[in-house]
Amino acid sequence: MTNKVLTCVGCPAGCRINVEMEGDEIRTITGNTCPVGEQYARQEAVCPMRILTSTVRITGCPYRVLPVTTDREIPLASVDEVMEIIRSTVVKAPVSFEQVLIENVLGTGANVIASKSMPAA
Amino acid sequence: MMKKYSAVVIGGGSAGLAAGITLKENGIEDVLVIEKDDMVGGILNQCIHNGFGLHTFKEQMSGPAYAERFKVRAEEVGLNIKLKTMVTHIHEDRTIEYVNPQEGYVTIQADAIILAVGCYERNRGALAIPGQRPAGVYTAGQAQRYLNIDGYQVGSRVFILGSGDIGLIMARRMMLEGAKVYGVAEIMPYSNGLPRNIKQCLEDYDIPLYLSHTVTNIYGKDRLERIEVSKVDEKLRPIKGTEMYFDVDTLLLSVGLIPENHLGDEAGIAMDPRIKGPSVDENYMCSIEGFFACGNGLHVHDLVDYVTLQAQRAAMGAVHYLKNGKPQEKECRVMPGKGVLYTVPNRIHPHNIDKTVEFFFRINEPVDEAVITVRCGERVLRQVKKKYLVPSVMERMMFTAKQLADIDGDITFEMEAVSHDE
Repeated sequence: MTNKVLTCVGCPAGCRINVEMEGDEIRTITGNTCPVGEQYARQEAVCPMRILTSTVRITGCPYRVLPVTTDREIPLASVDEVMEIIRSTVVKAPVSFEQVLIENVLGTGANVIASKSMPAA
Repeated sequence: MMKKYSAVVIGGGSAGLAAGITLKENGIEDVLVIEKDDMVGGILNQCIHNGFGLHTFKEQMSGPAYAERFKVRAEEVGLNIKLKTMVTHIHEDRTIEYVNPQEGYVTIQADAIILAVGCYERNRGALAIPGQRPAGVYTAGQAQRYLNIDGYQVGSRVFILGSGDIGLIMARRMMLEGAKVYGVAEIMPYSNGLPRNIKQCLEDYDIPLYLSHTVTNIYGKDRLERIEVSKVDEKLRPIKGTEMYFDVDTLLLSVGLIPENHLGDEAGIAMDPRIKGPSVDENYMCSIEGFFACGNGLHVHDLVDYVTLQAQRAAMGAVHYLKNGKPQEKECRVMPGKGVLYTVPNRIHPHNIDKTVEFFFRINEPVDEAVITVRCGERVLRQVKKKYLVPSVMERMMFTAKQLADIDGDITFEMEAVSHDE
């Protein structure tokens, strides 16, 4: 039996969650104060997932970069590879709020979308 | 003729937008929001990370996305916003002087002024770090703006002093942009960042956190070349012989935020030294009639959701004032007692409370378990047990008008750690 202590990133409360594991199997989850915590711990113990936010280059407007985010969590382990794709992406204004800029990035099932609208100059 | 407004909101960030929208939604027609930047949203625009809006929108979003929602709502209610406009002075008689490229220097008059001016960062000068003065030493927020709005890579070998949230978030951000972050030093024996940011910004990227450490020297002629980091004793004094050296080109400082209060100061508004922002009552009215304050310009918040909430309340306070004038009822002070750093509001008119009043407060050191006691003299108004309290997480407590109706003196908030040794 192994014991993992996790800090939940589901909300600012940052609950400390105890996960008891036997091999790859979760036995008990304690310390969470809401269902988000349990879901987080269940996922975190086997494959940590994160929302990734960054910026992409933009042309055709007064700004050089546009803030972007994945529209769902991606595996933490694939963050570096996804960043390489994001860093080599250039978009052109105008861009609308939550417009899909990179579809199904790295086959994760997540799209990279615009975090804000950007009108053309 | 001097132009006159019912309400002028100074600052178009998260607090200013929420205040302006709330004023419009509650029947105040001639509202003006003054913003110095070329876009609304304030600091949210550079906070491109995720995690905003859980309380307000019941979902997590990035800073710009949170701002976008308010920008759209501001357009819906027809909020009048002047961009690239800088307020230079405000006066006790509620005249406001501002300057912008279109109108030049203008003086206007307001019946109510809401200060939503945000905060600024403590810098190297505030810490008096010894050493040379090369380029490459930035406050974390400054670097965040260069990177996330202006699109410049700030540095490639980075060290961060201070474990505030912006510092932690910038540690991850710089790693993602291909820089190497050597570590984060925190002078206190605990971090001032949210637990989730320690997890997802440092631990996820194997960035070491040096608690009880600080930067004790800076080397470099033109660009930063090297820093010296030392361990500190319990009185926060560097310990000789514990020096470590990091060859970095960038040092980011995340060492505290201070409400931007020079406008209010000049107008003669009384400040609460504990929050370094204006002293306010239950309606967020300052010591001078018709002035209101909210957001990080009042006290530094850890969540934008609470900034929004507070700005909405301050706006409702202004609406109440515009309709009914200033409260005539007796005033009681609200004070931090043992274990508590501050309370906001720090004074109330118990008979002027409309339904409820919520107090924001911070405790002074991390505790696993504590009892919070709110008392008026010997009388205990409320006593609650809470777990895992840290100074970086703002605590809140709500009282109804009825619960405070027969208060006859000052209210004190106290925190006592629960010991499990017996």
